[in-house]
Amino acid sequence: MTIGTYILISVIKIVIALFVLLTGVAYTTLAERKIVAHIQNRWGPSRVGPFGIWQPLADGLKFIFKEDITPPFAYKPLYLLAPILSLTMALTAIAVIPIGPWITVGGVYTPLQIADVNIGLLIILGLTSIGVYGVALAGWSSNSKYSMLGSLRATAQMVSYEIALGLSLVGVLIYAGSFSLRDIVNAQSGTFLGFIPKWNIFTGQFVAFFIYIMAAYAETNRIPFDLAEAETELVAGYHTEYSSMKFAMFFMAEYANMFTVACLATVLFFGGWLGPVFGPAILLALLPIFWFVLKVLAFIFIYIWVRGTLPRFRYDQLMAFGWKFLLPLAIANILVTALVVALK
Amino acid sequence: MHLVLFIIFGAVCIGAAINLLVQKHPINSALSLIVVMGSLALLYLLLGAEFVAAIQVIVYAGAVMVLFVFVIMLLNAGEEERTPHGSRVAIMLGVPGLIVGLGIGVWVVTHYAGLDRIAIGGPEILNGTEGFGNPRSVAQLLFRDYLLPFEVTSVLILIAIMGAVVLARREE
Repeated sequence: MTIGTYILISVIKIVIALFVLLTGVAYTTLAERKIVAHIQNRWGPSRVGPFGIWQPLADGLKFIFKEDITPPFAYKPLYLLAPILSLTMALTAIAVIPIGPWITVGGVYTPLQIADVNIGLLIILGLTSIGVYGVALAGWSSNSKYSMLGSLRATAQMVSYEIALGLSLVGVLIYAGSFSLRDIVNAQSGTFLGFIPKWNIFTGQFVAFFIYIMAAYAETNRIPFDLAEAETELVAGYHTEYSSMKFAMFFMAEYANMFTVACLATVLFFGGWLGPVFGPAILLALLPIFWFVLKVLAFIFIYIWVRGTLPRFRYDQLMAFGWKFLLPLAIANILVTALVVALK
Repeated sequence: MHLVLFIIFGAVCIGAAINLLVQKHPINSALSLIVVMGSLALLYLLLGAEFVAAIQVIVYAGAVMVLFVFVIMLLNAGEEERTPHGSRVAIMLGVPGLIVGLGIGVWVVTHYAGLDRIAIGGPEILNGTEGFGNPRSVAQLLFRDYLLPFEVTSVLILIAIMGAVVLARREE
């Protein structure tokens, strides 16, 4: 493959991935409002188009045309940088996620992934840890009490849960023997007894999965860990002073992060694109992507379901849970996994 | 290509380091330090040590510096004040120090006939040290060749943590 073809293919993949991700983000907001509404015996948005399906477009237009207010005592460079940083880091993470095997399109052999790198998982962890600055700087630069408290809470929470999150993944890494997300998926191929797939969730990593999913909910500041934007006490948390598109950028970053978490859960614990494939060539090529999308959407649904079901933690409960329960459990999981692999 | 990228990120690194010293507001200095960490990670990446680069971003830029920023936010540190002439000791020690440092730099560059002897150029100059920055080789260094120093360091860090706890609780 020449360098020209490589760049062309990469640009095409980036455009498609961004388009799909942003559309997914927009419609997740609608799905969230609809599903939570039904959980709470309401109808949710139903005025814009049939079943309210044009609601995300209307919301987008509203955000664009709203007045963009910068508080007079905000520190402007960082006030502007914070949402950009949040959104950039959230969107970049999609680049290393594999959504399917290598395929041949028009004579070019290419992976269904923007960048097939051998440290994919570490890149996602790195991007997440840089994304914390978006939240921290937003609260500080707004020069407002509520923003400040919200961002202090969010930063402490994200830094704490990042450790449990990272450690929960070590078991999976020991199984796969690689940081490459593609290798991790390939290590999960095959079945037990002919019908139970050898996904990590079924091969003894279910404790790790639950640690991961709880830590990831805390990482993305979602209920039941949304202390950072607890509206009953902090108005809106770190983005209290933001309006118009700057607020929309934080909003998009939050939902894009939900997608990253869902994709990562799928890749690490649920076998990524693996699933039954059959039929003609076109179906063979499309079914893996279908399975991947299905699993990701299931995780997004669980996110929304949890939001509609659980109340919020208290802050001391949150910290105690992260440090005194999740962290030791994650370390115990590493020990047990390492012993099992070593004795095998 | 490697040389061009090296010069760009090296320049960014030095520029951010100078900015770190020049900036008056601590949060700007902290952010400059993050840029320094980030460009260092990219330099590691150019050397083919992708694992070390990722760890550099996660640990230094992502964890250590978050705590720096956190402390600055908590203390709400304002702009620092400058004395008009600066410290006399700093001038007395700093100027000769700077001259000596520059002299050593010039001597190294002239004595070793330019930059070609310094390791620039990426993975191709690292023949014989195949994959020196990947997880396997880092793990072998840490857990086999230098196991004792590694464990002793961890005990040292543990002592530091306990010391910090004791100091923080003294008021009771």
